[in-house]
Amino acid sequence: MYIETRHEEFEKHSFIGHILRKLHIDIPLFVTLVLISILSFVILYSAGGQSVDVLIRQAMRVALAFTLMIFLAHIDPYQFKRWSVILFSLGILLLLAVLILGEIGKGAQRWLELGAFRFQPSEMIKITTPMMIAWYLAEYALPPKPKQLLIASLLIILPTLLIAKQPDLGTALLVASSGAAVLFFSGLSWWFIIGIGSLLTALTPILWHFMHDYQRARVLTFLNPEADPLGRGYHIIQSKIAIGSGGLYGKGWLGSTQSELDFLPESSTDFIFAVFAEEFGLFGCVSLLILYLLIIGRCLYIAAQARDTYCRLLAGSLAFTFFVYVFVNIGMVIGVLPVVGVPLPLVSYGGTSIVTLCAGFGILMSIHTHKKLLHN
Amino acid sequence: MPRAYSLQDNSVENRVFFNRIVAAFFIVVLLTAGLVVRLVYLQIVGHEHYATLAKENSVKIQPLVPARGLIYDRNGKVLAENTQSFSLELIPEQISDMDATLLQLQKLLNIPNEKIEQFQKQRKHQKRFISTPLLLSMTDEEIAKFAVVRPYFTGVDIASRLVRNYPYSDLSAHVVGYVSRINEAEMKTLPISEYRGSSHVGKLGIESFYETQLHGKTGYVEIETNVQSRAINTFNTVPPVSGANLHLTLDIDLQKTAYDALEGYNGAVVALDVTTGGVLVFSSRPGFNPNPFVVGIDYDAYQNLQSSENQPLYNRALRGLYPPGSTMKPFVALAGLEYNAVGFDQKHYCPGFYQLPNVPHKYRDWKHGGHGWVGMSEAITESCDVYFYSLASVLGIDNMHHFLQQFGFGEKSGIDLVGEKTGLLPSREWKKQQKNQNWYPGETLITGIGQGYLQVTPIQLARATAILANGGKTITPFLVDKIVSPSQTQDNAKPIEKTIPLKNTNIAHITDAMINVVHDSHGTAKNIGKHISYQIAGKTGTAQVFNIKQEARYNENAIDFKLRDHALFIAFAPADNPKIAIAVVVENGGHGGSVAAPIADKVIQQYLESINVH
Repeated sequence: MYIETRHEEFEKHSFIGHILRKLHIDIPLFVTLVLISILSFVILYSAGGQSVDVLIRQAMRVALAFTLMIFLAHIDPYQFKRWSVILFSLGILLLLAVLILGEIGKGAQRWLELGAFRFQPSEMIKITTPMMIAWYLAEYALPPKPKQLLIASLLIILPTLLIAKQPDLGTALLVASSGAAVLFFSGLSWWFIIGIGSLLTALTPILWHFMHDYQRARVLTFLNPEADPLGRGYHIIQSKIAIGSGGLYGKGWLGSTQSELDFLPESSTDFIFAVFAEEFGLFGCVSLLILYLLIIGRCLYIAAQARDTYCRLLAGSLAFTFFVYVFVNIGMVIGVLPVVGVPLPLVSYGGTSIVTLCAGFGILMSIHTHKKLLHN
Repeated sequence: MPRAYSLQDNSVENRVFFNRIVAAFFIVVLLTAGLVVRLVYLQIVGHEHYATLAKENSVKIQPLVPARGLIYDRNGKVLAENTQSFSLELIPEQISDMDATLLQLQKLLNIPNEKIEQFQKQRKHQKRFISTPLLLSMTDEEIAKFAVVRPYFTGVDIASRLVRNYPYSDLSAHVVGYVSRINEAEMKTLPISEYRGSSHVGKLGIESFYETQLHGKTGYVEIETNVQSRAINTFNTVPPVSGANLHLTLDIDLQKTAYDALEGYNGAVVALDVTTGGVLVFSSRPGFNPNPFVVGIDYDAYQNLQSSENQPLYNRALRGLYPPGSTMKPFVALAGLEYNAVGFDQKHYCPGFYQLPNVPHKYRDWKHGGHGWVGMSEAITESCDVYFYSLASVLGIDNMHHFLQQFGFGEKSGIDLVGEKTGLLPSREWKKQQKNQNWYPGETLITGIGQGYLQVTPIQLARATAILANGGKTITPFLVDKIVSPSQTQDNAKPIEKTIPLKNTNIAHITDAMINVVHDSHGTAKNIGKHISYQIAGKTGTAQVFNIKQEARYNENAIDFKLRDHALFIAFAPADNPKIAIAVVVENGGHGGSVAAPIADKVIQQYLESINVH
């Protein structure tokens, strides 16, 4: 890989490269993350009604997220492996606590009040679930035997159900796919994957039975948005109008009429891609997707280069989950997936997801940079 | 099986893993390509279609908010209405020098600094092109002043909207409740499409209980607008359906009489139509003015209401828990007759105290020295405690609990209001479960005179009185009589579900005794019911707020007002053909006969006059 060698040259010889290497920062990943963050500020300024206040608050979150990322990059992956079980168990306990407190408070609850600030255990479990599954499977020879597969599946289903009960379908989906991704990378047979896929499809009616009314309504709206133009179909209809009207080149920065006129709800959070698509058109969208692909590609590269099974499985899963994030959000905004509350990673306004995502990237950087130190 | 670290395994694993990485990347690219295809479809193929919708002729779906239903009393007087209100609103984007504009407006309309600050705060959280209110509910004078200079202020305008108004203010607050701005939590639970465009929702009282009926159905219109967002065409109008009007059984004039009569005290008056259970009076004093809640009550005013010693936000009629005191005696007496525990004419000697066998404790009568020989009639008329200690002891707690439960004590009355309290009718099981203790005989005695664990709400007390008055028909109190929507009129009266099997002679005995309470020269409420052609059957009650020591005497003037006894009175009239049943609770009122009974008297007299019973 030509590009990679160039980076390596850069890391070895330039002064900045030297510093970044000391900081355990992976330069290609860091650069793309910074680029996408800048893009986030640009589009947030427009979608948030040109409010500087919104930008300042988001900048504080990004700063916090990047600090956490650099901190985690410093820790040797061996430590992550060692702490996997404890962190996962802690996450499950916190989820249970939230659920019980929610029962007492009579209503949906995702937060745990810890004095002055709030903590969302479902965010932590997004990372600790793949850590746990990777730790468990790495104990045995790969690919996993049926018994290990069964236990791993149960370890995935437990947090997924706890989160789905909150109810937070979007996060439950992400947690389930992060665990499933570990299984995929562990070399699960293709036939098995196809079998499970068909089984899940067949089980959809049962899933339907367990859904909340509002979740069913979302699926129905997704199938026929025009049926409820004032209510649930409104998001999807307005979002499609915004995207479609953007055309090839878009209406230009700050040129969005749909979000400006307030036709587009949640334009700063879950539906920010619609504003982006309206202002920057198909070219902009494809560029953004390429930027995401670069990040995912780099993460998969890190996984391929990882020093042991645990690191590989974890890195692969983090990379793939990031893609699921992107795909589910954009898919929902452009009307090919039902509306589940998943933000556009690194771009949407809001604090919790960006911190978790950067924690994941910190772990990936740790996996990559510590491998090199070992070799050196 | 522990991991076997062999070279063979590792190389196989390496190969499998590398394949999976490649496969994953392939899947990622494939799915991304899928997204791109969809984007091409929307942005290239569908571009013209969507661009037309969005830009040149954008279609705006505008909700048409239904008018909220009105609330009337039984005589058609309006208790909740929608009035036009004007507010001064600014669109920040169109104002070049905001500070100068605000300064000018402030000078012109004498706007207080805090309102300017509030506006500045609100403006920060909103998009610049959104109209933000500076002054709500402008006076005619303010409107006139601004109208003259309006041409000089671009981006400033007067907007009108419908605002809920409660003309009877404090008087009806605890019945009608109020609407207020939809908060974040409600936003999540209310149906989105029904509430698009609605800013308010019922929070308390009738406004909350009948929210669905009052709100109506939101309609919408699709408006085609041009680039300047001027409407050029409207089509596909689905008109809104106004909310239903509610007609209450409440008589607001009677409510006023009761509320005024309570002046100087905290307390509650509940009066029911004996035959139907319709609520005639539902008064809790002090009330509060619900109107500020509609436009958004300011923090200090709300804090004042919250921390006020008299608790004006507390609905005493619905949620106030009081020991019923002697008002419980007619019910206990009836239980005695029904269970054949005592004969009506059977005499009992009252020396002024009662003692359980082998217990030194003296259960005292309110009358020092006692009542002497009393039968049931005298015991009710003069409210002899010793007679009822003895009767309770014979009846036992189990019989009393079973009998009183049928009159609705210890359960919600079922009135159409949210937040009703259940009160407490103690039993052996309850005490075992709640306190993990056995029931003591002494507790049976004090339950017999309405003290001890027993707690009732004024609405419960009124309901029980009505049930007694109509011979055991267990009416369910209700406020809303008719729900009148544009398409239909719905009768909302609650049917009588069951009747307590009671002997007519027993009811007649109790009624006669209760008539004596008011009309006999020994009656505890003999000061009322003069100059009337009908008879009132009543019972006074005095509920202890604090316990006085054995052998000590209660001296009303010597103790703090807040520790004075609660005064209670229950009654129904006319005694021979009951139309109205009433319960009055006056907190710290002292004696039931002197403070609570006159209030009931006034309400009864006015009601019977209004329905032509003299």
